[in-house]
Amino acid sequence: MSLETILWLIPLPPLLAFFIIFLFTYRNRGLSHWTAIGAAVLSWGGSLYLLWQALGIEHFGEHPITVSIPWLPTGITWLNIGIYFDTLTAVTLFFVAWTVLAIIVYSVGYHNYGKPKGDHDVPGLPPHGATVTDAHGHKKTVMSIEPMYARFFGMISLFAFGMYLLVVTDNLLTLFIGWEIMGLCSYLLIGFWYGKPSARNAMIKAFMTTRVGDMFMLLGIVYLYSQTGTLSYQAILYNEEVLAQLASTPAVWGLFGLSAAGLIGLLLFFGTIGKSAQWPLHTWLPDAMEGPTPVSAMIHAATMVSAGIYLIIRVFPLISAGMEHGHLTPTMVVIAVIGTFTALFAATIAIAQNDIKRVLAYSTISQLGFMVAAVGIGAYVAAAFHLVTHAFFKGLLFLDSGSVIHGMEHGVFHTGEHVDPQDMYNMGGLRKKMPITFWTFLIGGLALSGFPLVVAGFWSKDEIFADAFAHRYWVVFITLAVAAFLTAFYTGRQITLTFLGKARTRAAEHAQESNWVMTVPLIVLAFFTVTVGWAGIPGDFPIIGGLIPSWFHEFVGSSLLEHPEAVEFSFVPLLTSLFVALGGLTLGYFIYRKVEAGAPDPLAKPLGPVYTLLQNKYYFDELYDCLFVRPSKWISEQFSYYFIDRKVIDGVLHAMGAFVGFFGGFLRNYIDKPIVNGLGDFFGESTKKVGQQSRLLQSGRVQQYMIVGLATLAAFVTLVYYLLVGAK
Amino acid sequence: MIPLSWYLIFAAALFCIGLYGVLARKNAIAILMGIELMLNAVNINLVAFWRYRAPDMIAGQAWAVMVFAVAAAEVAVGLALFISIYRTRKTIAADEINLMKW
Repeated sequence: MSLETILWLIPLPPLLAFFIIFLFTYRNRGLSHWTAIGAAVLSWGGSLYLLWQALGIEHFGEHPITVSIPWLPTGITWLNIGIYFDTLTAVTLFFVAWTVLAIIVYSVGYHNYGKPKGDHDVPGLPPHGATVTDAHGHKKTVMSIEPMYARFFGMISLFAFGMYLLVVTDNLLTLFIGWEIMGLCSYLLIGFWYGKPSARNAMIKAFMTTRVGDMFMLLGIVYLYSQTGTLSYQAILYNEEVLAQLASTPAVWGLFGLSAAGLIGLLLFFGTIGKSAQWPLHTWLPDAMEGPTPVSAMIHAATMVSAGIYLIIRVFPLISAGMEHGHLTPTMVVIAVIGTFTALFAATIAIAQNDIKRVLAYSTISQLGFMVAAVGIGAYVAAAFHLVTHAFFKGLLFLDSGSVIHGMEHGVFHTGEHVDPQDMYNMGGLRKKMPITFWTFLIGGLALSGFPLVVAGFWSKDEIFADAFAHRYWVVFITLAVAAFLTAFYTGRQITLTFLGKARTRAAEHAQESNWVMTVPLIVLAFFTVTVGWAGIPGDFPIIGGLIPSWFHEFVGSSLLEHPEAVEFSFVPLLTSLFVALGGLTLGYFIYRKVEAGAPDPLAKPLGPVYTLLQNKYYFDELYDCLFVRPSKWISEQFSYYFIDRKVIDGVLHAMGAFVGFFGGFLRNYIDKPIVNGLGDFFGESTKKVGQQSRLLQSGRVQQYMIVGLATLAAFVTLVYYLLVGAK
Repeated sequence: MIPLSWYLIFAAALFCIGLYGVLARKNAIAILMGIELMLNAVNINLVAFWRYRAPDMIAGQAWAVMVFAVAAAEVAVGLALFISIYRTRKTIAADEINLMKW
């Protein structure tokens, strides 16, 4: 098969799996997950083959593979559907394929395949455990299988389809379709346990919040289409004439003094803000933790948030159009500011969270902020690199946290102690109980905090620092450094609280390592968390630079029209990242290493009200609740329902009803009854009267009839005679 | 030779006598007899016109014979009807046979 054919086929297996699972194999759990895994493996194989082939093509960056066919007629032109395969597509497919496959395999274990059915489990709620009697007649509670097992695999396949579609497509329209499919799937999967009110709220919140961004993104797409008449990457993003023209056209109504390209880029960036949970639309992502943990991993690593960054990296030529002599365009400044701010902002919140998944959620927002900031300062390759490494280590961390929660739930069932299995203060000492989870979590955590040399996160984060430093964006550089320090700090805190020290609850004492279905994906992802970084070691790095060819920069960078130059190596960013990573981790370890059971957070006292502020996420949820949710509820209830609906619309309807009733009465009493009925009655009655009178003629006497007949005949004949003869 | 008008006057007189009988008599048989008279008046006219106007054609005589046949049939049916009516109503007075009345 040619590369084009494979590329066309890549999104297909997950879509088929979705239909097969929901239409045919829904009742059979094993068949359902094998269908999902099989589809993921097919797409995975195709993606890896493509990357392998792409690496072998000379000057692949300058000559991407693209095919498109007309799809929707729009009058004069056609909207096309097609594939676009360049270096960015190749590396994105690489991490999407691995993480999706790992997550789906992991889900089999996470949803307790092969475990008995729960005693009181109902669809829409997490499994509550089943009571079984063992060989010795002892009753004990064990984990029970997820009641809606097949449904999960169907939806997650559709989710994967959305991402694959978004990655391989060659235009913004189909990208938007994949984007929205993912929006739908995130909604469905965050609310997978829809029996929980919190999950219901979270799903609506996620959907509505991302919708705000999507709305602007759609506007951007429409504006782009109206300006260029096409949405194809090839015709817009890799076409100097179009870019130059867009950059020189002022935006509609001269908005903010932007160029058309700038405004379109800004509108598209709003899509990223929503999807990749940047400030101010970040609030949905932590709440998305209500879904099952594989879903969190899916959203945070393989699909949702990566899609947002993918978009902004993809349209980088557009947002940087008109950039001269290293001066950032206004759009890029906005992007850099929002990304940098989000990176720091989310990192500060993360240090005061106790839920193991929420810490990771805020770390994701923060890391996405790094990427957005990198795009904003023009560090295109660094952003793509961090996207890839982040997908691996964040996918790993989420699956690890799922494994921890799973182990803790086991402990909770075993001891019957009712503690929150997600609260890190209920954990501790899990290192001995769950060795594989611990070591892989450690690798992921070190990558997240940018631990030097061994893990991928270091190299990608270092590249962002190097870029910011080399181009002298000091504010970005310093803020990101502080954010990175906080990242290392809360990662140290998380690892210490979860795995080190002594168990703080009995449940944690009885936690158990997850089975191989869950740990093998962890090991695979941990492997990549380490090795992916090797693709981007700068060639001039001391000692180890150049040992492994640094192909990532050359490979990804080559797809831009103007090849970005690799920044010169400098010790300042390197030392900075060394210092913040090691310093943060060490500080985190020492502060949290001796937390006793039931003790408050050691930072709570010294930070005082600031800690409360952080713990409550700067009250953004409450703020939005006051600013948007409650007013809209108030408007919908008081204004829309009571005033518009009940008073105005119902009033108008009732008035119309009354008028029609009155008018009908008028017609009935004054038109219908006297005139129409009267006329009908008159004819009927008069016919009757005439009949009554004339029936007297009918005497029944034959001779009378004959006399009448004779007289008539005589009269008639006389008349005829007079007329015919007498007239002459 | 007797002129044609005499025959016509005679036939008209006979017709009027028959008509009077039909209209004025109560007995149904008498009415029937009146009808016969009227038919015969017609026959006289037919034959008279034939003799005076078209003696070389046979149509007048043929029509007269057909009228005889019709009259005979009529009498046969009519008398049968009267017998039938008499059996049920015990009368054949025309103004008492008023079943068709409203």
